[in-house]
Amino acid sequence: MHMSDALLSPSVGTAFWAGSMGAVAYCAKRLRQNMDEKLIPLMGILGAFIFAAQMINFTIPGTGSSGHIGGGMILAILLGPYAGFITIASVLLVQSLFFADGGILALGCNIWNLGVFPAFIAYPYIFKPLVRNRRTPGRITVASVVSVVAALQMGALGVVIETLLSGKTELPFGTFSAMMLPIHLAIGLVEGFITAGLVNYVGNARPEIIESAFNSRPVAYTASIKGLLLTLGLVALITGGVFSWFASTHPDGLEWSLEKVYGKTELPAPERGLIPLLGRIQEKTAILPDYDFRSRSETTEGKTGDRWPAPGTGTSASGIIGSMIVMGMVFLIGFGIRSAKKIRDRKEFKSRV
Amino acid sequence: MSHHIIEFKDVHFSYPDGTEALRGVSFRITHGESVGIVGANGAGKTTLILHMNGYLMPRKGEVRIGDVQLNRTTRADIRKKVGIVFQNPDDQLFMPTVFDDVAFGPLNLGLSKEAVIERVHNALARVDALGLKDKPPHHLSLGQKRSVSIATVLAMQPDILVMDEPAANLDPRSRRQLISLLNEFKHSKIIASHDLDLILDVCERCLVIGNGRVMADGPAEDILINESLLKENSLELPLSKSRSRVSTFDICS
Amino acid sequence: MSDFDTEFFNIGYLDTLAYKETFVHRLNPGIKLIVTLAFIISVVSFPKYEIKGMLPFFLFPVFIISAGDIPLRVILKKLMVVSPFVLFVGIFNPLLDTRTMYSLYGVEISGGWISFASIVVKFLLTVSSALLLVATTSFPGICFALDRLKVPRIFVVQLLFLYRYIFVLLEEALRIVRARNMRSFGKKGRGIRSFTNIVGVLLVRSIERSERIYQAICSRGFDGRIRLIKDFRLRFTDIVFATVAIAAFIIFRSYDVTEMLGRVFST
Repeated sequence: MHMSDALLSPSVGTAFWAGSMGAVAYCAKRLRQNMDEKLIPLMGILGAFIFAAQMINFTIPGTGSSGHIGGGMILAILLGPYAGFITIASVLLVQSLFFADGGILALGCNIWNLGVFPAFIAYPYIFKPLVRNRRTPGRITVASVVSVVAALQMGALGVVIETLLSGKTELPFGTFSAMMLPIHLAIGLVEGFITAGLVNYVGNARPEIIESAFNSRPVAYTASIKGLLLTLGLVALITGGVFSWFASTHPDGLEWSLEKVYGKTELPAPERGLIPLLGRIQEKTAILPDYDFRSRSETTEGKTGDRWPAPGTGTSASGIIGSMIVMGMVFLIGFGIRSAKKIRDRKEFKSRV
Repeated sequence: MSHHIIEFKDVHFSYPDGTEALRGVSFRITHGESVGIVGANGAGKTTLILHMNGYLMPRKGEVRIGDVQLNRTTRADIRKKVGIVFQNPDDQLFMPTVFDDVAFGPLNLGLSKEAVIERVHNALARVDALGLKDKPPHHLSLGQKRSVSIATVLAMQPDILVMDEPAANLDPRSRRQLISLLNEFKHSKIIASHDLDLILDVCERCLVIGNGRVMADGPAEDILINESLLKENSLELPLSKSRSRVSTFDICS
Repeated sequence: MSDFDTEFFNIGYLDTLAYKETFVHRLNPGIKLIVTLAFIISVVSFPKYEIKGMLPFFLFPVFIISAGDIPLRVILKKLMVVSPFVLFVGIFNPLLDTRTMYSLYGVEISGGWISFASIVVKFLLTVSSALLLVATTSFPGICFALDRLKVPRIFVVQLLFLYRYIFVLLEEALRIVRARNMRSFGKKGRGIRSFTNIVGVLLVRSIERSERIYQAICSRGFDGRIRLIKDFRLRFTDIVFATVAIAAFIIFRSYDVTEMLGRVFST
């Protein structure tokens, strides 16, 4: 399940962007230090392979509906965590652009949910220890299923947490996770078996590929992965903090969650009384009310319960009239550009004839 | 110009799974020659070609390009002298636009930006594909892809041009254009193909490879009419040489 | 035609649009990327219960669609396909937040419906702007812009490879799926086992292809470093476009233009 721009707040989005880009930079550095040249085309091709494989539907047993694979774990297994992570990140980037899956701001969250968890947690800490050195099909199956399920559960939890941190939905944590986790358990089981099937298939057809994937890219440096995870968490926290501080000193609609975390002490006390007052005065006196004041008054006013814009039919009537005018203008401008182009094309055509 | 010479001396090669692909191949191709390499599927043509720029290294024997013997240190230099056009243009064209793809090689030669751009233009102009410069390869027809593949190698200005199945899957007209393009090149040319008519049109000399060995080596005109030799190697007479026989067949029946 | 065929042609179509020649297409890819990002951040930074303040932002996608000659149908179709998750999460707002926020001529509108509508508007704006970015910018252009923005080279390069081979591998998958569909009837032959075999074939072929590509790369003097020629001139129009667009976003974000117009016209 992809996280979506519309559910995100800017500070959560940028925090995860920073974290994910940090991870990409770190992986790129690691790959540069220990470059296997053959890996570059292989990464690109396997990324493209994931797309092609996603386009092939299969019937989910017992339900009759059809599904497709996500592919994060198979990339981590075939490419190792660093190259695997970079490839997952670029698959998600292309998905966000070509398929509108997720969105550009949500890309950070999606890379985190579907990339960091499989490549840096499920692969080194679950898949590897379970397979160890005995690469029997049975072991690979168990390891794949368990690690894919775990990675997808973490990813689903990530979606829940990111959505709630952004504060755009009313869904409580418990209900949301109760809906997301079981669905992803089912998806994880199916995807786990498919991942196992694919690894075993390659193992039969081209054993040396699996061999080299297991041997030449050992995760002997789990210490460095731990460091990476720590740093990433820190980076995300700092960016989120800094950004939400900016957000709260600026007139935007604030981050409810971060407001809760930091309390309202950031805003100097005198402003609290003054600004709503100023806002009200301005609303009454000016034809063009300054939006800033009103929205700050909304957010400083209260906790979760009473963040209400001042209700009143007067505002909403002018709001509706304004909305109709704006949409009408937008439509006219678009239409105008189109017809202007058509006229020009026709002229060009005539002049050529 | 001695560096236009390719020489194989008793080259042996086997793949990691134990398949013996080359079992003592020897030949020498000199400056300006155009040589066809023919043989059945799995005879070792592609393996042979991969030795010409050191992608594969002989297990025994030696490969010389010009005065240089192929080994791990000379490999990079040899790759600048021998340009290989691979069988599948989708493998050959790996960059997302025609321009970037043709520029890839010259950039690796360490040329300046202006020099690279000039080379790209010249190479594309030579294969008559300048108009495709900014297109992505997946918007090209197979014939166009083939032309651009050749341009990618020409842009490196190699001394020796090697091609693996250049006419595979081409429609008759694209194939005809390819043949006239190939005839314009004054390089040393090595062409591996099943298309014996193409070899006959483009090459003066012909090597028959079978079972990892050179089965015959001589003027293309002589070898490609030797029916029993071709049959032994799972090949058939080129159409242009067998046409007369087919027509008599028709009359008899 | 199977779903696969349709999907395949859809992606191809979006990609073909990117190679048109219009004012929008000629803009510098990096500028378009930055403007799109600024647009998305401005839109999602609107508070939970805001709708009308976001409406002026529709000007941007509408401008790109009309100036860039992009068929509206294509964008709308894509929006429909990806909407379920957002709608699913958003639809709980009206159920859980039922306090009346506005009463309009006797009809009471709850805060939940307002915040749900706000999510939908944000969804329409952000997703369409992302789609319009690819529809008006060649993907390699975006990659080079990323390179310019200091994204690690190895990421950019394998992204270029990925884009190059999406279409090749999709075609290969298409051939395999057609062969499967021709010999499978109803649901038989489409289960997980046969799926794994089909995708396994595709995977092994892909790996083998990457080996051949590596041969091709090597034979053109690859030495472990990828070099790119970047033609990244900023023209005057690029700067004007970026300035106007970002200034507009800031104005629309800080002043409720809709409300202002409404007041002017209702008094």
